[in-house]
Amino acid sequence: MAVEFIDIVETSLAGIGTGSLMALTGVAFVIIYKATKVINLAIGEMLMIGAFVFYGFSAGLALPIWASVPLTLVVAALIGGLIERTMIRPLLKDNPVSVFMVTIGLTSVLIGVVELVWSAEPRRLPEFLPSQPVLLGDAFIPSKTAYSFVIAAAAMAVLITVFAFWRGGIALRATATDRAAASSVGIDVPGVFSFSWMLAAVVAALAGILVGSVGGISSAMGLFGLSVFVVVIVGGLDSILGALIAGLFIGWLEAMVGRFMGGEFKLLATFTILLVVLVVRPYGLFGTHEIERL
Amino acid sequence: MRVGTAKQSYAADEGLFKTDTQKVWFGLLLAALVLFPLNGSSYWMFLAVLVMINVISTTGLNILTGYTGQVSLGHAAFMAVGAYTVAFFDGRFGTPVLLNLVLAGAVAAGIGYLVGLPSLRIKGLYLAIATLAAAVILGFIFLNWTPVTGGLRGLNVPTATIAGIELATPDRLYWLVMPITVVMVLAAKNLFRTRVGRAFIAIRDRDISAEIIGISLFKYKLMSFAISSFYAGVAGGLWAYLFRVVTPESFPALASIFFLAAVIVGGAGTIVGGIFGAVFMTLIPEFLKLSATALVPWFPDASIYLAPVRNIIFGLLIIGFLIFEPMGLAEMWRRTRRYFALWPFRT
Repeated sequence: MAVEFIDIVETSLAGIGTGSLMALTGVAFVIIYKATKVINLAIGEMLMIGAFVFYGFSAGLALPIWASVPLTLVVAALIGGLIERTMIRPLLKDNPVSVFMVTIGLTSVLIGVVELVWSAEPRRLPEFLPSQPVLLGDAFIPSKTAYSFVIAAAAMAVLITVFAFWRGGIALRATATDRAAASSVGIDVPGVFSFSWMLAAVVAALAGILVGSVGGISSAMGLFGLSVFVVVIVGGLDSILGALIAGLFIGWLEAMVGRFMGGEFKLLATFTILLVVLVVRPYGLFGTHEIERL
Repeated sequence: MRVGTAKQSYAADEGLFKTDTQKVWFGLLLAALVLFPLNGSSYWMFLAVLVMINVISTTGLNILTGYTGQVSLGHAAFMAVGAYTVAFFDGRFGTPVLLNLVLAGAVAAGIGYLVGLPSLRIKGLYLAIATLAAAVILGFIFLNWTPVTGGLRGLNVPTATIAGIELATPDRLYWLVMPITVVMVLAAKNLFRTRVGRAFIAIRDRDISAEIIGISLFKYKLMSFAISSFYAGVAGGLWAYLFRVVTPESFPALASIFFLAAVIVGGAGTIVGGIFGAVFMTLIPEFLKLSATALVPWFPDASIYLAPVRNIIFGLLIIGFLIFEPMGLAEMWRRTRRYFALWPFRT
């Protein structure tokens, strides 16, 4: 089978576009993991609920885009804070497995809530990204993919700046490094826990809006979280840089596999990589080498 | 008030039943199980068979997660392996039912052994993620290995036939499933009176200490995976005989969460907890279905909300039990018993 070079380029670009969204969601996961050491299996569902809240504002209440995006992010922050206070905080002192299983329960709850309010039917978000396709040289990129890549990249730049310079971001990094030390220099550690979940929910909701505007929304879109899971394991659970690189890589890989081998091989490819990474290098590419080993 | 039960020998102290009361209750339970079909309703018989299949599978996951401390997110996939094995052998070769069930357990155990291999390197949550990956890959195999699994259409399963009797309906199948369930649950209970079972518990409680006192972690973790998958495989095989068709959709990823929820809600690390959890979690959807039907005169579209409400309740049960009653229904049951055993004193 002769594969046209331009075909490879276009598939790669589209894959990197999707990958940027995985990376953004992966960053949301990493924020939570860094601050609270919780492996959040419900990250895909947090993304989903963000997309549906946006749908509720923009299509349900017919608000303009410039109003519904900020409103969605505020609601997402509230949801994130609520989850942290009611479900995560009581168990943080317990063993990590319990908290992990709480997030599994959360998955089920969020799917149920979305299906209860909006039904299980797939829906389309209102069009808000420009629709003329983008040409990069000879390669044709669907406009939504291109613009969501730009937005995701901008969001990531903001996040990285926040972590590098803003006091709250530094407090979060300090908490991630050593809770007791952070607490003793006057950082409000429980506050950081809440803040990290709210921030992660906001980032996930933003990613959800973008994912939804590219591929539509449904109560099953939390499956996107499975790929994100692979991204953060490959990148290293506590590494933002790792999430970025692994996100782009996994997105690219899924696109290439989906285009040249068939859509059903996508998950197989990513999860095979996941298994290999888990066995060979469990802390991922850039994660801290502190994983418990036998 | 019952005063302590004094034991005169080590054998009595380690017995399966510690007191005569327990023996009486167990006898009553067996009698109830034998007499249950007298109710005559095929709906209840179907439910009873389904509950027992789930009891077997939950007990299997309990051995792995509750007793050995290895969280598995792929339990439903092992059930699917069992179901496909039964469908394949019975449909293709017409082998006897009991042999099929043993094969289902054995194949599932073999695959469980393979899936457990990463536990050599990783543990805890990383292992849970590895089992999730294994489940995804197994799902891919079910969907695409068409010559064996029938692909998207799946496989039809012939009626289970033992000694010329066709077990076509749930009330006949009950007599196959019920004894198997009793035997397997008792076997699980007994397992934890042996060296192997105690090794599992030691690994769960503190794996490093367990290794120091001479328990080969690798060997016993893999054994736990294999035994747990064996239970899942047998349960999946019975499931195939009950529903008579196996497709890749039969055991979705959510089903693994169902069994994990059953273990948590029932009480991880107790056999009776696995039973409680499986019964409770299987009956909740039925209860919701009944209440939805009862609400129809007032809310005509109550049944539309059934699936989402079930999801929410499943999730809230997991979260609620983890936060408020981490030891599950078994602990509530123990407290209730204690209250009566110590009455009129309080603890």
